[in-house]
Amino acid sequence: MVAQAKLDAAALRLDALGQPQTGWTAAARRAAAARLRAMGLPGRRDEYWRYTDAATLNQPAPQRAALFDASDEPVVFGGLDRVKLVFVDGVFDPAQSDDPEAAGVELLSRQSADIHWAQGLYGVLEARGQSPVPRPFAALNTAAAVEGVLIRVTGKAEKPVSLVYLHRSDSSDAILHHCVKLEAGAELTLLENGPAAARLNAVLEVELAEDARFHHVRTQGRDHERRAVTHIFARLGGGALFKSFTLSANGVLTRNEAVLELAGDGAVAHVAGAAVGDGAFHHDDTVFVTHAAERCESRQVFKKVLKNGAVGVFQGKILVQPGAQKTDGYQISQSLLLDEASQFLAKPELEIYADDVKCSHGSTSGAIDETALYYLRSRGVPLRQAQSLLVLAFLAEAIGEIEDETIAADIRLRLEGWLARHDR
Amino acid sequence: MALGDEDQIEVRDGVDRETIETVQAMAGKYKYGWETRIETEYAPKGLNEDIVRLISEKNGEPDWMLDWRLAAYRRWVKMEEPRWAMLSYPAIDYQDQYYYAKPKSMAVKPKSLDEVDPKLLATYEKLGIPLKEQMLLAGVEGADEPRRVAVDAVFDSVSVGTTFKEELKKAGVVFCPISEAIRDYPELVRKYLGTVVPQSDNFFATLNSAVFSDGSFVYVPEGVRCPMELSTYFRINAENTGQFERTLIICDKGAYVSYLEGCTAPKRDTNQLHAAVVEIVVLDEAEVKYSTVQNWYPGDEEGRGGIYNFVTKRADCRGARAKMMWTQVETGSAITWKYPSCILRGDESQGEFYSIAITNNAQQADTGTKMVHLGKNTRSRIVSKGISAGRAQNIYRGLVSIHPKAANSRNYTQCDSLLIGDRCGAHTVPYIEVKNTSSRVEHEATTSKVDDDQLFYCRSRGMDEEEAVALVVNGFCREVLQALPMEFAMEAQSLVAISLEGSVG
Repeated sequence: MVAQAKLDAAALRLDALGQPQTGWTAAARRAAAARLRAMGLPGRRDEYWRYTDAATLNQPAPQRAALFDASDEPVVFGGLDRVKLVFVDGVFDPAQSDDPEAAGVELLSRQSADIHWAQGLYGVLEARGQSPVPRPFAALNTAAAVEGVLIRVTGKAEKPVSLVYLHRSDSSDAILHHCVKLEAGAELTLLENGPAAARLNAVLEVELAEDARFHHVRTQGRDHERRAVTHIFARLGGGALFKSFTLSANGVLTRNEAVLELAGDGAVAHVAGAAVGDGAFHHDDTVFVTHAAERCESRQVFKKVLKNGAVGVFQGKILVQPGAQKTDGYQISQSLLLDEASQFLAKPELEIYADDVKCSHGSTSGAIDETALYYLRSRGVPLRQAQSLLVLAFLAEAIGEIEDETIAADIRLRLEGWLARHDR
Repeated sequence: MALGDEDQIEVRDGVDRETIETVQAMAGKYKYGWETRIETEYAPKGLNEDIVRLISEKNGEPDWMLDWRLAAYRRWVKMEEPRWAMLSYPAIDYQDQYYYAKPKSMAVKPKSLDEVDPKLLATYEKLGIPLKEQMLLAGVEGADEPRRVAVDAVFDSVSVGTTFKEELKKAGVVFCPISEAIRDYPELVRKYLGTVVPQSDNFFATLNSAVFSDGSFVYVPEGVRCPMELSTYFRINAENTGQFERTLIICDKGAYVSYLEGCTAPKRDTNQLHAAVVEIVVLDEAEVKYSTVQNWYPGDEEGRGGIYNFVTKRADCRGARAKMMWTQVETGSAITWKYPSCILRGDESQGEFYSIAITNNAQQADTGTKMVHLGKNTRSRIVSKGISAGRAQNIYRGLVSIHPKAANSRNYTQCDSLLIGDRCGAHTVPYIEVKNTSSRVEHEATTSKVDDDQLFYCRSRGMDEEEAVALVVNGFCREVLQALPMEFAMEAQSLVAISLEGSVG
């Protein structure tokens, strides 16, 4: 039975937001609101929130986060030829953006009452992803989101679509909901960067038809006080490829959930993350991969570097359904704790109902390897540089999940910059 | 499984049809499913304060013990049964069973083994546990030097006899039923009972605190190496009766004891509840080995009957350099809910957990361990092997928690699962909480089927398929089997042979 306090919190939160009831999303929004009212917002006793306190995400009132000036490093993805779409505090800004329509991107905010292709996607994967684990903030997002992009690709997209999130108000409360549909054989790279708001709730729903290829790279900004709860829901058809990488630097509270369903034979899903935190940093990766077809491959690679009381959380699950034979599932979660105050809390799960599978997971936590450090120093590498090298080497497996080398180099550059700035 | 279902089984490489047929046939082969016909005295059915008082009175307990039980009972009625485990079973009606059953011949407690009802002695004889001090445990006769094992035999709610009591006493070791210890060593029991597993610990532990009827008590004084292995054999015989035993082991500074536990029950169509609590206190530089071969009746191939085994086992390594080692072979029970744990409180204390859990037919096991590192330089090691066949579900659930002050601690965890057939499940649910940086924690888990290359290798050397599978599976379990004391290794190996060779060849 759901505790009354959680239900009350959900009702309060929904009432404070108001839900747009017009347009083709109306039915999905009503259904999502009903889902949320039935499941309630997370409580401290919820198994899937045992390591992360949702209190500031539950609050109906906006949460404050001081603005942050990130101009000491080059603009993320600035060197790429891309379709740039800018959201300021969660609101689309045409003045700073390329023309979305010319690039085949529609805006959720310009919704009509007409039948729309995204009707089969908006809130649909989110609803599927609510079982067996409830994800209240995703339901809240479907019910209340006004902004976001709708992208449908039939061939190979010419340029990456780059969503740029600027944070300009210290109490902004943004809700973004994106839908991406790749038809058979289509290919798209989606980039996201920036903090978006003082508090962000983002949902990305991705449907991949047969043999579609989707690449997703995101950085979540360097603002120290921001809060974010994000969800990726993806459903993969036969032979489809899904690759997602997230870089999180700083942020007082981040919860990134990925819910992936390998629904067609031979699908491949990789989800990776590198998180670096110093001080007031709570970073939670929660991943649920369902193998529902044969010969699929999934990889989860999550690395965290923590110092000065930073907290890293990993909750990952591989579920292999009956009949999903020849599954290859891999999951690794590791953290490097750079001082005594930091914490790593992990729950890597396997749930397997098929016998001809290969699934493994590993989780480790510890300090920098003293032997490796000694080796580097004995070769004349100064201490700090040696530490930085080892930290980057530790993160390399996650960054290695980015297929585009230009983008990977950009991510590496940012990590090097972060390490230099947060050098003890 | 009905015979007609056989056609629906898809036969895979490495597990042939004959194997699967053997699995089905094995389901009916529980060796210990017979019942001893003996007159039994029951407490009235159901549970209330009067039953708690009655159990206390039957055991001739002092007031403090009754008060302790009543406090537990009053707490229990307000508690909810936990449902977080990946187990599905119908609601247990706690009022529809007996909480106390004792053979009538035990009405007057026998003064020595010679006075024990021959029927009871014959029961243990048949189980391979002769309650005679001259006899060695079956299976170890080939040993160079005869090794003796002291046995406390618990039959339904009461201990029927304990062997080698006098000889142990000479060494200063106390080994007796806990009902006797409450009477004869009240200061020790009061000092330690409920300090490792508090009354409030969990639903089943609280229930046990209220209604435990007997169990074993061990005290090994400072510096004493217990001269023989100690063992308790639990037998459920009476129908519709729960067994609630409580074991308390105190290993004083520098002492050592190896303790073995075995259990069986008759075949019945109804489920029976077993909710035990084991508390172990390990002081400075002491070492305790606790080995279990759990072979409660698992239910039939349809999942009818079988024991519901809800057990709380915990060791508290209170002193520096204390060492605790749990080894378990879990082959029985319809439901297993069991997490033998170590609180590593003393600096440099050490905890180990070795487990083989085998589930077949409709069995469900949710088992694992908790290693709570509180002291500096503490070490723990977890090796868990889960094997699932038929429609069974086998879950490893574990916690490794490194507290901020537990500097330089180490944990290594390895969980491997093996699936035999495509209708069973194998799951891993580890919790890893690291709160300092000088500690190193490693967790690895794999799930696989029997490796084709290994099978091919064996077969190319002339083994038949079933021999080859058996060899590979035994290799899979070897790490754990090696950790068992010799007496148990024999029994465990033959048990694994029954459960596994029945499953795979």
